[in-house]
Amino acid sequence: MSEPSAPLWLLAELTYKCPLQCPYCSNPVDFAKSSGVELDTDQWIRVLREGRELGAAQLGLSGGEPIVRKDLELIVAEAHKLGYYTNLITSGIGMSTDRVASLKQAGLDHIQVSFQASSSELNNWIAGTDSFEHKIEMAKAVKANGFPMVLCFVTHRENIEQVDDILQLATRLDADYVELATTQYYGWAFLNRDVLMPTREQLTKAEAAVNRFRDEKINDAMKIFYVIPDYYEDRPKPCMSGWGSLFMLVTPDGTALPCHSARQLPGIEFPNVKDMSMGEIWKRSDAFNKFRGFDWMQEPCRSCSEKEKDFGGCRCQAYMLTGNAAATDPVCDKSPDRHIVDAAIEKSAVTTSAAKPMVFRNAKNSKILNDRLGPGSR
Amino acid sequence: MNTTAAELSKVPQLANGFRFQWEPAQDSHVILYPEGMKVLSGSAAEIMQLCDGTRSIEKIVAALEEKFPEAELQQDVLDFFAGAAQEGWINV
Repeated sequence: MSEPSAPLWLLAELTYKCPLQCPYCSNPVDFAKSSGVELDTDQWIRVLREGRELGAAQLGLSGGEPIVRKDLELIVAEAHKLGYYTNLITSGIGMSTDRVASLKQAGLDHIQVSFQASSSELNNWIAGTDSFEHKIEMAKAVKANGFPMVLCFVTHRENIEQVDDILQLATRLDADYVELATTQYYGWAFLNRDVLMPTREQLTKAEAAVNRFRDEKINDAMKIFYVIPDYYEDRPKPCMSGWGSLFMLVTPDGTALPCHSARQLPGIEFPNVKDMSMGEIWKRSDAFNKFRGFDWMQEPCRSCSEKEKDFGGCRCQAYMLTGNAAATDPVCDKSPDRHIVDAAIEKSAVTTSAAKPMVFRNAKNSKILNDRLGPGSR
Repeated sequence: MNTTAAELSKVPQLANGFRFQWEPAQDSHVILYPEGMKVLSGSAAEIMQLCDGTRSIEKIVAALEEKFPEAELQQDVLDFFAGAAQEGWINV
């Protein structure tokens, strides 16, 4: 196989600590099982340096809540010196106007602030904490310090009808970009899928609201990214633009992954940056080569004319829904397993949150779930 | 002043949040922005190396024509900046 392309996108999950409890968090459900020992400043700096040598240009700093790390400014300053474009992905909670200014000083390029909803009440319920007013304040501080600002709203059944209000709020906050990302069902969101999934009718209305906002040129300067949930598509998403193609993630404890949720895949030993260089991991490790290219594919992907467009979809979704990580992503209507996705949509339509309460992302629930699922299960 | 002259006198500048830099791994100059990257062609990179927020388009054209005396570049440079402004990464 030829040398793999560069991992353009490096995502550093600096910590699993988070003051929020969003029930759609992409962190692993059993995060509490990890030792809690995080890479230290020097280890992160080595990861950044080696990532940059491999050709990474975009650096995402996320978590958990990355602002929890007291050395965030040091990490940002080093990343800036190395030539990364640095993106902080934050809930804004734990941030202060002083820290926004010190991050600017350190050379941070961009801040993405997540909101849980456009109303205080719903935002705070989903986040599991009173956070709305502080987020508004932090969004203003982000703008005041001259950062380009992306506001990210993860949408689902409970807030997707607020799209008009969300776009108005983003306009008032002078966002440069607003991302309306429908929940993808990984991590905690997979647990809560039956009560998070919007109905087709809700999606149609949300899309109409986005189009109306664009057509009426209500705020032309603000770019809107609208991501619809793949369960309602008939072709899979080109997940990560292909396994080990341009994305690399390092978890708080140093495990290197080709996507957020790959750690759950059985039979793959994911390397740790403490034991291997980033270059070895990216180019040589079995884990990163496992689903590279097209040789691993089964039918119907193997002979499909669209395989170079969608790479067979998502390996994690294939595993979670069919038990086989090499299967065609069952979102695809050519997949013999598409009925599983349709059944999930049907089930969610008749499941109320009264019947199946939302499970919030916190250490206590993580421990309970880990015990219930048993050792070794993810 | 006709419209071309007006365009030529404008001073283009990278929009807030966009960065122009050389990327060895791409063997190209690129524009970086929140969560994205645009790889520039060789000629686009030549133009961008002169776009420093002080030079007018006219001065950029003059500098390029000095470097590449064979070429008639004015319209290409005007089109380049118009396109970049349309895409939102250059303010003119």
